[in-house]
Amino acid sequence: MDVVFNQLFAGLSMASILLIIALGLAIIYGAMGVINLAHGEFVMLGAYTTWACQHYLGFGILLSLPFVFVVVGAIGWLIERTIVQRLYDRPLDTILATWGIGIMLQQLVRIVIGPESRFVSGPDFLRGNLEIGNVVMSNYRIFVIFFSIAVLLATWALLTKTEFGTKLRAVIQNRSISECYGIESKRIYSLTFAYGAGLAGIAGTLITPLFSTIPTMGTSLVVDAFLVVIIGGLGSIIGAAAAAVMIGELTAMFSLVINDTLGRIGVLACVIVLIRLRPRGLFPENTRG
Amino acid sequence: MKRRDFLRSTGALGVMGTAGGLSAPALLLGTSSASAQVLGDDIPVGLLFSLTGAVAVVEHTLHDASLMAMEEINAAGGIHGRMLRPIIEDPASDPATYADRARRLMIRDKCISVFGSYTSASRQAVLPVVEQRNNLYWYPTLYEGRECSRNVMYGGAVPNQQQDNVIAWAIENFGPRFYLLGNNYVYPKEENNYCKSLLAELDGEAVNEEYVPMGHSDFSSIINRIRTEKPDVIFSTLVGDSDVAFARQYLAAGLDPTQMPVLSLTRSEVEVKAIGGEAAAGHFSSAPYFMNTSTPENEKFVEAYKSKYGGDAVTHFVSEAAYFQVYQFKAALEKLDPGNVTTETIRAAAVGTELLAPQGSVLIDENLHTHLWPKVAEWQSDGQAKVILDSAERVAPKPYAAYEGQTCTGAGLVET
Repeated sequence: MDVVFNQLFAGLSMASILLIIALGLAIIYGAMGVINLAHGEFVMLGAYTTWACQHYLGFGILLSLPFVFVVVGAIGWLIERTIVQRLYDRPLDTILATWGIGIMLQQLVRIVIGPESRFVSGPDFLRGNLEIGNVVMSNYRIFVIFFSIAVLLATWALLTKTEFGTKLRAVIQNRSISECYGIESKRIYSLTFAYGAGLAGIAGTLITPLFSTIPTMGTSLVVDAFLVVIIGGLGSIIGAAAAAVMIGELTAMFSLVINDTLGRIGVLACVIVLIRLRPRGLFPENTRG
Repeated sequence: MKRRDFLRSTGALGVMGTAGGLSAPALLLGTSSASAQVLGDDIPVGLLFSLTGAVAVVEHTLHDASLMAMEEINAAGGIHGRMLRPIIEDPASDPATYADRARRLMIRDKCISVFGSYTSASRQAVLPVVEQRNNLYWYPTLYEGRECSRNVMYGGAVPNQQQDNVIAWAIENFGPRFYLLGNNYVYPKEENNYCKSLLAELDGEAVNEEYVPMGHSDFSSIINRIRTEKPDVIFSTLVGDSDVAFARQYLAAGLDPTQMPVLSLTRSEVEVKAIGGEAAAGHFSSAPYFMNTSTPENEKFVEAYKSKYGGDAVTHFVSEAAYFQVYQFKAALEKLDPGNVTTETIRAAAVGTELLAPQGSVLIDENLHTHLWPKVAEWQSDGQAKVILDSAERVAPKPYAAYEGQTCTGAGLVET
């Protein structure tokens, strides 16, 4: 039984990382209809910014978080203003454009910083485990779980409780009418894209003590994040959260019963069945029109 | 003007084409006569390591080490007064490009030998080309030991050289229960096959054998499973980023290396630099070379490498082989009359060549693999390895050791 609990925790820990990555993706898609294939590279830029903060300024991971959010957010903003903004009426072209941006970002990091894996040390006070009976939970992973819940709540609050959120929802509902009311939709879009990129950056920071920091690290992460967004219902925040937990736990449970490789196949098979039964995902956004 | 240039160059091409056409029958007829060449003022050799793409991280260091050896040889007067002329190609981590560039080096640049590559996939892509052109390919990496080509000089360890003494040592020091963990491709599977046959002989046991996809990076389930199984040793053939992620998550999960150490065949100074000394400390690697091996040859090698490529550059067990293979090549050529340099004569001269490498004295076997000095080292928190088990004698390479009835010999693969 302890094995199952340990595994449930592992699933939750995977889910929390997936959630932060997918959240940015979901917002960008939900708000602007942009399928951002460069999202994984924003995660990678977050990891490298964390490395730079630690290497050059001596910052720990937690202290780096706000810097990373601002830096990657700014890069996202710049990319939105220069490239993505020109493509809002051509949603399919955004796929190609963001994919190209992703490759360029990867190569840029490889040329400027180098191809080898970079070392980032984790926070000392989160070392060790919390043990309840035979259930062993890594302190750092517990921290990541709580942090991702906080990010989820903050995003929800931003979208529902602030003026920015109200404007954003208005733009999503009907862009031209909102503009008639004096909402600068372009500005709203840029900020939303920057926020989504910033979230990806934060995810990059949080995974540095667990993963290897290399230029290609975002590629595999973005695939899982897309899975989450699609199952959750495109653009739905609650859906993304539910889907992240579902995929994380499914992966963990399959891995417990079979192994990681076959487990992965099992998860993908379940996703296919689920999409067949609920083509618009778990919690489709019915308000879009 | 442009048109005239164009005509001139196409004319030149035409002449070259005719010349090529004339010599074609010779190329097709006898392979050995086609590759025979009289050495000119310099000796063209190919350097085929990826400087871009996914495996550039490691191959760049191999490129650097090989190039350094060539420059050292030239600075010391070359081979019989002839300078080595390295011709550098970047196959960009793509197996098909390796084959293409190898062909270019052998045909266009007339390289008499090519030094190159890190992964088995790239070696296997180059293999048909070197065999067809009857050239020599110097391959420095450890590998699964299930190949026997007369055109490849294997400088790295095969399974028996990395495992024979280590498995017995690990059973004695930690216990008989092994958890075999690797990436899902040929190398880990072959190494694990060999490990299981050793475990069966030594009353050991593989409690689990598990493979994860290349680049797999979330090991939380596997770490839980390891916690449940409580093996005595985690025997790892994870490569690159997977190894880095696993080592870091092992530390984050609070597992204890004194209870359950990772014994890796693939973790070198390069991986440890990314893992961080703290997460690597207390774990073990088995290899013929570690950066702080204390021999005069190694001190010279490390010093030269650092002064050329920067103070924080590291040498490792593949870059060492990339380095000494160039010297093996030199030693072979020195035995030859410059007018009689062919693949056959280089190979014949290379077999039995003994030289002092940074790891100790290495010898080329008639099966073209290399006799090496297996070592086991414990990683320290400063990112360096402390050698704790040094083999008393040099170990002969035994490709196909896990396969009964198959042996690699000077005549190629022999099946009985």
